Amino acid sequence: MDWLQILSNTGAAILAPTTIAYALAALGLAVHFGFAGLLNMGVAGFMALGAYGYAISILTFGLPWWAGALIGLGAAAIFALILGIPTLRLRGDYLAIVTIAAAEVLRLLFLTTTFDEVTGSADGLSGYHGSFRESNPIPDGTYGFGPWTYNENDWWVRIIGLITLAVATFFVWRIIHSPWGRVLKGIREDEDAVRALGKNVFSYKMQALVLGGVLIAAGGVVYALPSAVNPGIYVTSLTFFVWTGLLLGGAATVFGPLLGSLLYWIVFTFLGNVLPALAQSGILPITGIQAGTLRYILIGVALMLLVIFRPQGILGNKKELTFVK
Amino acid sequence: MSSEIPAPDTPETNAAPPTASTPRAKTTGLHVGDAAPGVAKVDPIIVADGVRRTFGGLTAVDVDHLEIPRGAITALIGPNGAGKTTLFNLLTGFDRPNEGSWTFDGKSLSGVPAFKVARMGQVRTFQLTKALGLLTVLENMKLGATGQRGERFWQSLIPAMWRKQDTELETRAMELLTKFKLDAKAGDFAASLSGGQRKLLEMARALMSDPKLVMLDEPMAGVNPALTQSLLEHILDLKEEGMTVLFVEHDMHMVRHIADWVVVMAEGRVVAEGDPYSVMQDPAVIDAYLGAHQELDLGVVTGRVPAPEGAESSASAEALEDLLEEIQAEQAADEEETK
Ligand SMILES: Nc1ncnc2c1ncn2[C@@H]1O[C@H](COP(=O)(O)OP(=O)(O)OP(=O)(O)O)[C@@H](O)[C@H]1O
Ligand SMILES: [Mg+2]
Repeated sequence: MDWLQILSNTGAAILAPTTIAYALAALGLAVHFGFAGLLNMGVAGFMALGAYGYAISILTFGLPWWAGALIGLGAAAIFALILGIPTLRLRGDYLAIVTIAAAEVLRLLFLTTTFDEVTGSADGLSGYHGSFRESNPIPDGTYGFGPWTYNENDWWVRIIGLITLAVATFFVWRIIHSPWGRVLKGIREDEDAVRALGKNVFSYKMQALVLGGVLIAAGGVVYALPSAVNPGIYVTSLTFFVWTGLLLGGAATVFGPLLGSLLYWIVFTFLGNVLPALAQSGILPITGIQAGTLRYILIGVALMLLVIFRPQGILGNKKELTFVK
Repeated sequence: MSSEIPAPDTPETNAAPPTASTPRAKTTGLHVGDAAPGVAKVDPIIVADGVRRTFGGLTAVDVDHLEIPRGAITALIGPNGAGKTTLFNLLTGFDRPNEGSWTFDGKSLSGVPAFKVARMGQVRTFQLTKALGLLTVLENMKLGATGQRGERFWQSLIPAMWRKQDTELETRAMELLTKFKLDAKAGDFAASLSGGQRKLLEMARALMSDPKLVMLDEPMAGVNPALTQSLLEHILDLKEEGMTVLFVEHDMHMVRHIADWVVVMAEGRVVAEGDPYSVMQDPAVIDAYLGAHQELDLGVVTGRVPAPEGAESSASAEALEDLLEEIQAEQAADEEETK
């Protein structure tokens, strides 16, 4: 077994665009679920809108990359409005049902051959990174050390991703620790009480849904930045992976989603490397393919254990259990 | 009962709670004409007309006309299921009536959503307490204030816009918390409060918005006697500050002690109105609520069912007499004090 290779791959996960994308999505989900109590089960749909909005703007409409990114975020904001208007007046569970269904509808729309010219259907989209790479100020070459050695394009993706994440985190931290965030947490606890105090609950829930949706879409854009948009990514299991990252770190915290996503990817990558290696060397009595699947099973078990034994997550306040009412 | 209230010339002993001060004068002259259900008020803050709410076949509220006097403390009493809470929900926009209209401060409230009603200065508390458990007691309080700049999306991002207002709110919140003996709990999660403390918090929180009308749904349920005493004083203070109070309560002593006006509901209708003393001597009220005529069908009282023959005679006359005696004794004691 090549432990060095396994550890190196695992270390690389720390700075992977996917990790940054998950962190952004989990942050948006924290705004939805952790602070506003909105059960969004359509994370994959919001991410897909970010990714496809970005890629289609560039490929079909020839816009520069930053305009594409803004359109991706705008599409998610509109999606949030459309979902919110009929459901936010209903009880929380309905939003969960509607979001999971809407995300699935979106995925199938992107997948169908009807819009093949725009969406690329099953092939997805690629070859849109020209504008993004042109904007790169880093001279050609390879930089970094150890597992974090990348060329100028890979660094540019990571830098833009991290800047986005930093700005988003500051934004969320600022707004949650303000009277606005206080109203939001109040709504999470009891809508009617907050309504009785003269706050427009519907409007706050809508603002939270849009803000979180835009952040999740930003995750989708970062996911799409390096190379391609693949419809196989934006499936319901993506939603649950992001949920796992969020719950791991702590749903009602600002930094929990970041830590949770990071840990999620470290563990996931480690398992993805170590399990097949163990299978190959005969320590695990399974095939390499089975070993690849095993990690998904382990992630599912971890999610269950987490929700049962530490619902507040790693960074969450022990008293602030969002599951215990 | 009358022995609980110190005679006017006796100096108060140290043992007496500091809040048991001299009884304050009741507000009188609130109505125009005879005190009957739906009587007009000199200066009504709420006027409701033909408000009806049904749940399936059940008519929970059916109020022909009701006026709540401004600047006074009005008690809304009635048996369980009389429709008091439902009427509260209707008046505050938490529920929609099948028909009817009502105004607050001269402005029509039909179809106005609950949060706008609250912003107009009509705040309420809930029978089933709604403390925001995972917010601290202080955060709960601050949430009660209206017109906060920091509650707007973009402005909330710039602390300089709201920091000063927030600090002022904090000072005010602490004052109120001290009044309600919750100041030591300011930093705790509201979920850690006891049931009675949550009632207090909810009431204090409602007061953060400087309302014109405070509607309290059973504010004293589960609050210990000593604190009830001081809460009653707070409610009387509210009146002195110019607020109007409408409260639902089952504790008749409390009603008698602080209410200037009493509205009695039974089976969704207003069956009696008047000052506390006369209302409690009203046979209809005794029938419907106080319970001397326990075997009498409620429908008889509200006029829905004709009285069965001999129903009157089957009433337990003794209990009725006891109550009337008690009321008269207290009335005499009160008159003595106000001299
Ligand atoms: N949401 C509802 N659905 C169906 N029936 C209801 C509903 N809310 C209240 N009712 C019915 O309306 C009637 C009035 O209820 P309400 O809660 O107003 O009584 P109340 O006077 O507040 O009683 P209590 O003193 O016990 O609090 C009751 O018969 C109740 O069963
Ligand atoms: Mg009630």
